Amino acid sequence: MFSEKELEKIRKRKEKWENGTYSESLKKLPERMEKFTTVSGREIGKLYTPLDLENLDYLKDLGFPGEYPFTRGIHPTMYRSRLWTMRQFSGFGTAEDTNRRYKYLLSQGQTGLSVAFHLPTLMGVDSDHPLAQGEIGKCGVAVDSLADMEILFDGIPLDKITTSMTINAPAAVLWAMYIAVAEKQGVSPKVISGTIQNDILKEYLAQKTFIFPPEPSMKLTIDTFEYGAKEVPRWNTISISGYHIREAGATAVQELAFTIRDGIEYVEWAIKRGLNVDDFAPRLSFFFNAHNDFFEEIAKFRAARKMWAKIMKERFNAKNPRSWWLRFHTQTSGVSLMAQQPYNNIIRVTIQALAAILGGTQSLHTNSLDETYALPSEEAVTIALRTQQILAHESGVANTIDPLGGSYFIEKLTLEIEKEAWDYIKKIDDMGGMVKAIEAGFPQKEIQDSAYWYQKAVERKEKIIVGVNEFRAEKEEEIPILYIDESVAKKQLERLKEVKKMRNKALVKQCLSDLKKAAQDEENLMPYILKAVKAYATLGEIIDSLKEIYGEYQEPITY
Amino acid sequence: MAERKIRVLIAKPGLDGHDRGAKVVARALRDAGMEVIYTGLRRTPEEIVATALQEDVDVIGLSILSGAHNALFPRIMELLKEKGMDDVLVIAGGIIPQKDIPFLKKIGIAEIFLPGTSTQEIIDYIKKNVKKRA
Repeated sequence: MFSEKELEKIRKRKEKWENGTYSESLKKLPERMEKFTTVSGREIGKLYTPLDLENLDYLKDLGFPGEYPFTRGIHPTMYRSRLWTMRQFSGFGTAEDTNRRYKYLLSQGQTGLSVAFHLPTLMGVDSDHPLAQGEIGKCGVAVDSLADMEILFDGIPLDKITTSMTINAPAAVLWAMYIAVAEKQGVSPKVISGTIQNDILKEYLAQKTFIFPPEPSMKLTIDTFEYGAKEVPRWNTISISGYHIREAGATAVQELAFTIRDGIEYVEWAIKRGLNVDDFAPRLSFFFNAHNDFFEEIAKFRAARKMWAKIMKERFNAKNPRSWWLRFHTQTSGVSLMAQQPYNNIIRVTIQALAAILGGTQSLHTNSLDETYALPSEEAVTIALRTQQILAHESGVANTIDPLGGSYFIEKLTLEIEKEAWDYIKKIDDMGGMVKAIEAGFPQKEIQDSAYWYQKAVERKEKIIVGVNEFRAEKEEEIPILYIDESVAKKQLERLKEVKKMRNKALVKQCLSDLKKAAQDEENLMPYILKAVKAYATLGEIIDSLKEIYGEYQEPITY
Repeated sequence: MAERKIRVLIAKPGLDGHDRGAKVVARALRDAGMEVIYTGLRRTPEEIVATALQEDVDVIGLSILSGAHNALFPRIMELLKEKGMDDVLVIAGGIIPQKDIPFLKKIGIAEIFLPGTSTQEIIDYIKKNVKKRA
């Protein structure tokens, strides 16, 4: 970006500054730390100048918003035309409880829905399964069958609202239920829009809500790509997620690299199925974490966009520019929230949300201050939503596109992070891909090591956490939290019993046996799952049928 | 004869897959010279107690972030009693609301370690409270 002559002048002047002004000052006022590092352990220099960007080519590396390589944003106008979608992840208790929360959030200006299911649903077991004991409605909303889903979206027009569903191993089943609810509302699958997370690879890496082994899991995922491209064209059939990888302890680079490599794996498997890359790639979406280290996170988001564009264009020869877009949702970091002095979490969330916006996110969830204790109370989630609204409407950060583009520091960080992520991707390519790397335990080990390093750094006070290892309160203040009592389980079990009594048992049996046969014959399972959910087969019944064919995944135990 | 190492079972009851804390604690205890066995995810109370018995552990550390502790911990304590393993030190960590703690202590969980606890605190606690065996 600077001429050789100009750089030479700057280089000389910088040397002079380092040996003069700077060193003189250091003698009187030494630096606070021997080494300045990010939350990921990356060393940060004292000053960044054009010399750090010697090899940066503006048009090649940054370009213009809405144009390849999209470093500055995937849309030409970004937030000047449309703000990011404010989408609070929410779900607790019964479908009725959560339906009320959704209506409240929409009335407060939230612009999209995001469903949190309870753990039995995430694991594909019904509420009456022994493993569901004590779990019903605790970590999300209980959904066992279409009957619950109908209540969950009662009075919410599915042709107008977009919905994101955090569901992975049994994603196809919950998606089928959503499609069925839309049809009952008279809304065609062709017009509904939203996202299923459906990212099974990161389950093996991090979140660990897997059911089947990797191969059949990947088959199910590709089934949804194929079905979606034809029947539900406005749906994002996957949200390739770094969020959980980061929460499990990964560094910013590991989060980025493993997520992008997961993305490559899905594209490879879909192409192997015979799909045309431009038929499904525009519906791939991503999900990243916004952690504490402000600049490192912004650089990560910018690097991600650039890398994906390059991969889709050069590695997979995608022709449609939409296939090159890395569209992403962001959630602020859950693990960065502290139980001590919980009101401080509002500030943490604000900084993280700002990083996501400056990084060009398409949608955002801001965590609530009380989430180290429980699912958020209505008061807490309102503050979290207001945080986004203040950033959007008061701070001025949405007025121009990629405001930090051109910062010597940000551009240098973007280049560094990108390079390190490519190194990881190369390594996993050499191992034979992500499924192979997972089987070898490689990314899992990397994540565990980073988590342990961080814990030790905190305990040595190399990393300060306000209110935890420094600036502690004499007495901790108690805050009101949402408490899910056992009446939820009782209601849920009653409804499940009712559903099982009222439905056409012979039809359910037929649907499940057709599904099993289709799984054996390696057909696309979506039409069979859709038929089964419409007959009110439960989630557990559908998943159990598939377990008979696919088996269950046993994780190798390492620590 | 060398002193017997403290044997610890780190166990994950409940349906959640959040094993970051369990694994960090397992590793820290191992680095502190203890023998650590980790159960893996989503173990039932029966499986946990069977492993504890088989591995002849001195300490069980339960890690749970799903909210099902009130349903699962009492069952674990009951089974330990049935097997005559009352002398095993049982501690827990995870996301556990303050209001549940008195009940959990009453059923015999010796200590509940909440977010922000350092691994050193857990190591010190175990060393101080474990029943020494020959």
